[in-house]
Amino acid sequence: MKELLELFLAFARIGGLTFGGGYSMLPMLQREVVEKKGWATEAELMDYFAVGQCLPGVIAVNTAVFIGNKVKGLAGAVAASLGVISPSIIIILAIASLIQNFSDLPIVQYAFSGIRVGVCVLIFTSVLKLFKKAIIDKFTLILFSAVLILSVFTDISPVLFVVIAAFLGIIASLLKGGLKK
Amino acid sequence: MIYLNLFWEFLKVGLFTVGGGLASLPFLYDISDKTGWFSHAQLADMIAVSESTPGPIGINMATYVGFSTAGIFGSIAATIGFIIPSIIIVSIVSKFLKKFNENKFVKGAFYGLRAVSVALICSALFSVVKISLIDIPLFEQTGVFFDLINIPGIILAVICFFVLKKYNPHPIVILGASAAAGIIFGFLGIM
Repeated sequence: MKELLELFLAFARIGGLTFGGGYSMLPMLQREVVEKKGWATEAELMDYFAVGQCLPGVIAVNTAVFIGNKVKGLAGAVAASLGVISPSIIIILAIASLIQNFSDLPIVQYAFSGIRVGVCVLIFTSVLKLFKKAIIDKFTLILFSAVLILSVFTDISPVLFVVIAAFLGIIASLLKGGLKK
Repeated sequence: MIYLNLFWEFLKVGLFTVGGGLASLPFLYDISDKTGWFSHAQLADMIAVSESTPGPIGINMATYVGFSTAGIFGSIAATIGFIIPSIIIVSIVSKFLKKFNENKFVKGAFYGLRAVSVALICSALFSVVKISLIDIPLFEQTGVFFDLINIPGIILAVICFFVLKKYNPHPIVILGASAAAGIIFGFLGIM
């Protein structure tokens, strides 16, 4: 029970402090889930992000379900996902019923022009940490560069990248295993 | 029964949205056309609010649409409906992963997946940089190089980066401080 409550609260913090899409929650996840609670390693977090991308639903909830499941099974998954959505419900309800034209207010726009800068820096430092763990040889470096270039300059769906990368990963690791023998 | 309808419609959105909250937009337009619960213009406002409040955008959208259609219980019905497919599908996949964790095919797949995961995060970073640190439309208009870069933004970013490296504060400290800096810069008219 205590663990379920901890999952709920940790993910409520993550949900309430995430601005923008699922990727901006990465720095918060690293801090809360990996560094503070030790519920998952950084490598596992990357796996969940990659797989969560290709499954239905939003990345934030999918990652919450993965980690909840790992810590406490289905009950943990439910606790974590309820945690991640509850700040949204409270904040949106407050804004929708109290403030008209919330996003047109100058103070909100100014705050967000600052927050976006903060989000850039946070994601950048997360990328630095993850890069060292994921890009470990020539194969992963080539894969990383190719996908980065394609996803910045084309509209190809991330799902396709993930599926192809999984396939290439299997082939490359089998070949490597074969070469060693 | 409006609550049940909301629950069911958003369950379908949750099931067919793959890859982030904004991917749910086409489905929301579809709901608007089909049910008349909200207009396209209202939807545009809801997107703006969902993007400028904390929380994943997809969840914020479900909450907002549910609320404007049928009040508090509507918002809860829509949001729960939206996340149920995730809970079921991801739980099944997660069992599978646990079981085949040591399998060489699964290991090989993740060897490739991790690299792609980082690349996709990097590309998300570029899209945030594009709307926060550089100003392409202004640059195209004036052609002046200094109009391309948001200088106060870059200074703020560099300060945030060094504070993070040196003191490793909780991310919310960085977000709070950069929101305050944005408000101050905004009212001074420099950002």
